[in-house]
Amino acid sequence: MKQKKEALKKQENNFLVASQWQLIRWKFFKHKLAMGALIVLVIFYLSAIFAEFIAPNDARMYNADYKYAPPQTIHFFDEEGNFHLRPFVYGYESKWEPEIYRTIYKEDKSLLYPIYFLVRGDSYKLFGLFPGNIHLFGTKEGKLFLFGTGEFGRCVLSKIIYGGRISLSIGLVGIAISSIIGIIIGGLSGYFGGKIDIFVQRIIEVIISIPTIPLWMALSVALPPFWSITRVYFGITIILSMVTWTTLARVVRGKFLALREEDYVMAARMSGAGEGRIIFRHILPSFTSHIIATLTLSIPTMIIGETTLSFLGLGMRPPAISWGVLLKEAQQIRILEYAPWILLPAVFVVISILAFNFVGDGLRDASDPYSNI
Amino acid sequence: MKGFLLRRILLLIPTLFIITVISFMIIQLPPGDFFSGYVGRLSARGEYIEPETVEALREQYGLDQPMIVQYFKWMGNILRGDFGRSIQWNKPVIELLAARLPWTLMISFGALIFVYILSVPIGILSAVRQYSIMDYIFTLIGFIGLAVPNFLFALMLLWGYYKITGNVAVGLFSPEYALAPWSFARAIDLIKHLWMPIIIAGTGGAAALIRVMRANLLDELQKPYVVVARSKGLSERKLLFKYPFRVAFNPVISTIGWTLPFLVGGELVVSLVLGIPTIAPLFLKAVMTEDMLLASAVVLILSVFTVIGTLLSDLLLAWLDPRIREAV
Repeated sequence: MKQKKEALKKQENNFLVASQWQLIRWKFFKHKLAMGALIVLVIFYLSAIFAEFIAPNDARMYNADYKYAPPQTIHFFDEEGNFHLRPFVYGYESKWEPEIYRTIYKEDKSLLYPIYFLVRGDSYKLFGLFPGNIHLFGTKEGKLFLFGTGEFGRCVLSKIIYGGRISLSIGLVGIAISSIIGIIIGGLSGYFGGKIDIFVQRIIEVIISIPTIPLWMALSVALPPFWSITRVYFGITIILSMVTWTTLARVVRGKFLALREEDYVMAARMSGAGEGRIIFRHILPSFTSHIIATLTLSIPTMIIGETTLSFLGLGMRPPAISWGVLLKEAQQIRILEYAPWILLPAVFVVISILAFNFVGDGLRDASDPYSNI
Repeated sequence: MKGFLLRRILLLIPTLFIITVISFMIIQLPPGDFFSGYVGRLSARGEYIEPETVEALREQYGLDQPMIVQYFKWMGNILRGDFGRSIQWNKPVIELLAARLPWTLMISFGALIFVYILSVPIGILSAVRQYSIMDYIFTLIGFIGLAVPNFLFALMLLWGYYKITGNVAVGLFSPEYALAPWSFARAIDLIKHLWMPIIIAGTGGAAALIRVMRANLLDELQKPYVVVARSKGLSERKLLFKYPFRVAFNPVISTIGWTLPFLVGGELVVSLVLGIPTIAPLFLKAVMTEDMLLASAVVLILSVFTVIGTLLSDLLLAWLDPRIREAV
């Protein structure tokens, strides 16, 4: 009994002496939805980083035999009712129907392909550097198309995994750029006030007066069509950042305006602290958590922006693979009618955005000292 | 109040000026001009055009002059009400815009009304019945609405509609009414086609608005005066609408101007997916071919609408909330 009391007292003590970041972390862990969303995001980002290893097929390989093949179902029981511990898929049996002008695919029950982990498959270069050919999962013979195939017989699942590299990273890179610009400008505006503040505020007002999507459309046409994929990528990132920095600048400015009147700022100045020290050692840490939450909530805007632009044909273009580019393929109703699995990248877009929203909400709740959990 | 109004309008002028500069510059950003793109397109088709003809055309449209000169010429014309001629369509810009602006406005305003009519009651319901099943369901729908990009929603709705009715819901009119003169039946047909873009353009905004409305009302309902009113015997409904709702609704309605740019963007994407002849497809083509006058005119007009919307919004807020009038 006494031990329990001591243990509790220790826990209470830990809580009382915990640093600000520890408190935020503990509160965040309690937020189950945010934790779940964070795990989902970690899985997505790991898949994007190790795309070559995780994707079962090479995303760029043409497979003329398997155009618009439907997704394969994973079975555990075969035709005779035997249970296989190792899941398997059936091969395809295809027939060209000239009346409807397309190929019909059926399961060919005579071809059984078990799914293995860590199989040798299409060769790749991890990160473009390390050659290898081991994939996380796949079949030893035959093809594995868990999400079906697209127009040229390319595996949809693999394309989604590779596409995540661009779609997910644009959010992070874009946020990095906008936050640097936003914090610096917003900080200057809020801390020094006066004419600088008025000037910056007018500029921000002008920028947000121009409707975002037309602005992005017009700017992305400025990217020359002969630019390489990498350059287009950075061009798009900069374009997207041009509007999102304003939100951050306003938040930072508001905080600076409020906090520079605080007593501790005056005390620091009286003690002889220079402006830089006041800004970085005293004011900035007090709302860093708020900034992080705001940043996390701005990432979905960038993801939607890139996806929309690519969908309209103005952002990333083939042969680059991003979720927006994949969805561009899905634009025709005809294709949706008989190959609806083409829309699957959309599911991943939605899940990513939801996950970022939940994590951002969780961060905001966790860094708010007045909310009671 | 008058001082506030005056100050806001004065601030408008430099803002508008900078917007015109930005609108102009954006369109000039892509390398080359309309004719370089035109020559490129022609040669892709295997046709050839004399360089002298291109130069003559350039001169005719004033594209050979330095940027600054072009800008001032453009501004001068606009202030006189002349938006110039679209090179691509060979028609006055105003004509092109006037043909399509009504649809854009109809969809945008329709979406605006839809958003408010939908979100406010749901927000109230969610707040009053907090943590009930309805609240969770609506919060979930709200989140999903926030997460699904507009064009995606449009695609899914198109597909769903096709699955259910077997019709492809594109365009504004069914084929038989497309060119017919206006009649009651045509109006009905229009409404039958309009509901989809309006709903799609509005959902994103609706999701956000529901959350704001709910949060505001929740804050109000926790205040002591609500408890007092309840203890004095005021019925729940009267209680709700006499005080907390009005206070909570205030910021919601006064930011109505801010939703305008958002709706315009949403409407743009929706029109492109659903093939509706609004400003959107016109703008896309203009931007891609660098049809300068048309494209910058669209950006300018949209931005001006936004600025006006913001101004109205601020005025509304200042009228309703005296504290705003002191600050600027």
